[in-house]
Amino acid sequence: MNFFMQLLVNGICVGFLYGISAMGFVMIFKSSSVLNFAHGELIAIGAFLFLVLVTWAQLPIALSFFITLAGCFALGFIVERLFLRPLIGEPLIFVIMLTVGLAAMFKGLILLIFGGNLHTYPRFLPASLGIDYGPVNIPPVYVATLIIGITFLVLFGLFFKYSSQGIYMRSVADNQRAALSLGVHVRRVFALSWAIAALVAGMSGIVLGIINGINVHDLSSIGLKVFPVVILGGLDSIGGAIIGGIIIGLLETFTGGYISPSLRDVVPYIVLVFILMVKPYGLFGLVEIERV
Amino acid sequence: MKKLRFHPCGNFRDHYKQELAIFETDFGRLMLWIGIGLLFAAVPTLSSPYTLYVVNTVGITSIAAIGLNILVGYTGQISLGHGAFFGVGAYAAAILATSANVPFLIAVPAAGLITAMVGMIFGIPSGRLKGLYLTIATLAGQFIIEYTIIHWESLTMGTRGITLPEASLLGIRVRGDLGFFYVIFILLIAMTWIAVNIMRTRYGRAFIAIRDNDRAAEGMGIPIFQYKLLSFGISSFYAGIAGAIWAYYMISVTAEPFNLMLSVEYIAMIIIGGLGNIPGAILGATFITLLNELLRWFTGILINTNLFAGLGLNMAPLREFVFGLTIVLFILFEPRGLAEIWRILRSSFRLWPFSY
Amino acid sequence: MEDNILLQINNISVVYSDVIQVLKGVSLTVEKNHIVSLLGSNGSGKTTTLKAISGLLKPENGKVTDGTILYSGEPIQNQSPETITRAGIIQVLEGRQPFKYLTIEENLRVGTATRWGKPYRQDIDLVYRYFPALLARRKSLAGYCSGGELQMLVMGRALMAHPELLLLDEPSLGLAPLVVKEIFRIIKRINEEQGTTIVLVEQNANMALQIAHTGYVMENGKIVMEGRALDLIENPDIKEFYLGMAASGDSRSYRDVKSYRRRKRWL
Repeated sequence: MNFFMQLLVNGICVGFLYGISAMGFVMIFKSSSVLNFAHGELIAIGAFLFLVLVTWAQLPIALSFFITLAGCFALGFIVERLFLRPLIGEPLIFVIMLTVGLAAMFKGLILLIFGGNLHTYPRFLPASLGIDYGPVNIPPVYVATLIIGITFLVLFGLFFKYSSQGIYMRSVADNQRAALSLGVHVRRVFALSWAIAALVAGMSGIVLGIINGINVHDLSSIGLKVFPVVILGGLDSIGGAIIGGIIIGLLETFTGGYISPSLRDVVPYIVLVFILMVKPYGLFGLVEIERV
Repeated sequence: MKKLRFHPCGNFRDHYKQELAIFETDFGRLMLWIGIGLLFAAVPTLSSPYTLYVVNTVGITSIAAIGLNILVGYTGQISLGHGAFFGVGAYAAAILATSANVPFLIAVPAAGLITAMVGMIFGIPSGRLKGLYLTIATLAGQFIIEYTIIHWESLTMGTRGITLPEASLLGIRVRGDLGFFYVIFILLIAMTWIAVNIMRTRYGRAFIAIRDNDRAAEGMGIPIFQYKLLSFGISSFYAGIAGAIWAYYMISVTAEPFNLMLSVEYIAMIIIGGLGNIPGAILGATFITLLNELLRWFTGILINTNLFAGLGLNMAPLREFVFGLTIVLFILFEPRGLAEIWRILRSSFRLWPFSY
Repeated sequence: MEDNILLQINNISVVYSDVIQVLKGVSLTVEKNHIVSLLGSNGSGKTTTLKAISGLLKPENGKVTDGTILYSGEPIQNQSPETITRAGIIQVLEGRQPFKYLTIEENLRVGTATRWGKPYRQDIDLVYRYFPALLARRKSLAGYCSGGELQMLVMGRALMAHPELLLLDEPSLGLAPLVVKEIFRIIKRINEEQGTTIVLVEQNANMALQIAHTGYVMENGKIVMEGRALDLIENPDIKEFYLGMAASGDSRSYRDVKSYRRRKRWL
């Protein structure tokens, strides 16, 4: 029973991480309908930027955190501007492959600079943040993750539901031409969504780096694990991304704990195929409204 | 005597047959034959096994790339699982050849058919999904196949891999790079011919109709699900044949090469070559294979000269970077690929010096 | 007199993809607070004219290659849609293009994009006053609304931007006659109460000319006839080709060779 409880807690925490990583992905998809295969690399860039600031430049943690987020925001902006903007209106495959190409570029660059070894941050989270409750103990990182994750989630939920800029972003996702005719600054919306997504990716990179250490290969493979998560939750639902993440996290830890550790990594994709067959728009996604 | 056809100065076709013609002029057909003749005459004189290896790799890759172009370029179903299908073909051939002692001549087409079946199974989601969702489903297929290959130990020997017996064709042993060169390129020519001709039949037209507008195609009475499955089947058949030959050529197969990166490389090939263009697939396969070899050679030099050793840098990632950069540059500047560049070059040459 | 002119189009040509010339020297004048209706058959260039004004040619690879479009005296041809909408010109697209996944009210809020950050509550109430049908459905997704509701929605959405010049592209498309009547009544009211200048592209020439002050008839990318709406309604050619009445009062027939010849004369 203890084992079960610990797996449950671990699963939820890991899943929550996946959910946060998926949030940025969903953001880009929601506004510009771009499937971003470079998301794992954006996560890695965030993690490494933080690493550089904390260990090489020896800046204070909080300052490094904010500089990293700002840097990622700027990076997202630049990527959109340089690479994605010329592709507005091109067929799907080009957009997908462009992000794949970007992923290879980023990964190559990071490997060139940092190599493929595991790096770690210095410890800085207070141990008192951890929760020990009988058989269950949650390490401080996970608690911090939960706090940061929920904060971001609520902020973005409010942003998209109620703020004007959020509604403009959704309108562009919905019908670009109509948004243009009403004077919505479509290109600004795209750039903004990439910037926000990169920011969220950077944040999840930092959190993942604190938990598992920083390794390009691991971080970029998280970028692929985002797919089962977002499909489960629905490609365009931010809340769905979190819940999808938790379900996938639980599934992984329980498969790893009870069935076989090697099956752990492939289970999300098996589930993914079944979900696509049964409920293609995910648990919380929008059903395509097609009027002919 | 049959009248030779040259480029008309306008569209004077008055029969559907003329629309369907593969070669616009007899000159084009002649050039192709001369090219094939030169290829078969010149390559055997190459003494370096490395050059032959590269040529053979180009040939194998081209077969698989043509298959992917039928699915992606003509039918418009984006698949990120082609590398895994290639692996299924390789393993199918290896298992047939070792456990069942099936001869080369049967093992290769059988591997193609098995891969076609597997491809169609993973193509089933295309009945309900399109676009992004299908792409993600094929991505999942890639991971599931990879996992199965590694973990179905009783069948695939897991990570140890399988060693294949020597290939023999009608009693003649196929051995060495040159022996495989003939097999691979005769097969490539045959497969290209088949692909070009499939695209001229009603099947090919149905594929294109589905790509351009699937709902309109359905409205015209094309059973789109069957055709999508068929396209998955044909495409994986090509991958399977290529994989099987590759397994024989490499003598042993292990699971590592058939990863997502390989699938991505295949898509990169057909984009760089030109989507919906069969010669383009061959061009793209050649380009990517040569690029890979060139980068391997280049990083090898960098490491050997110890120029960067003092910095503690590992230059292997440079390959990944350049590969990514190539894809990005092609998409941004010539999304229609090498085939388009070739067409422009050719037509400007043809019209020279009066370019209007 | 000059001060009354809001929009002046001088002899513009529009070319798509550098090859296809759609407008061949179109000139028209829109006076302040007027409704101008633009009539013509399919493919005559009405929609393209609107897009040339609103800047929406650009995403479709079209360009104004010749001539000028003066809005309040300032040239606006080939500007980006963002600039033009902020200057006060809003186009309502043909075929009703709602944001399907946004609720009615969120759809309306998108209309505030040109003046982001300013209060909008009052404007929403105003739109609900013009289109009470929207109020009842304000929380439901636009994708599930009927054609008539959607037409009201897209017009209301445009009103949210406080347009000085409203370009309406076929508001009657595919709607029941009663709904069409209602829509045109509201267009008239908006023009009178808000002082919005309106350019109305229509197939339904009868309805359009009844509410318009002036009218233009386009054919093959050219203006072939212009005048006060009242005069146009009485014009025998208009009657015959657009209002569906032959000069004698009988409905016309395709076999009528004379109509063919007469049509030719305009070109």
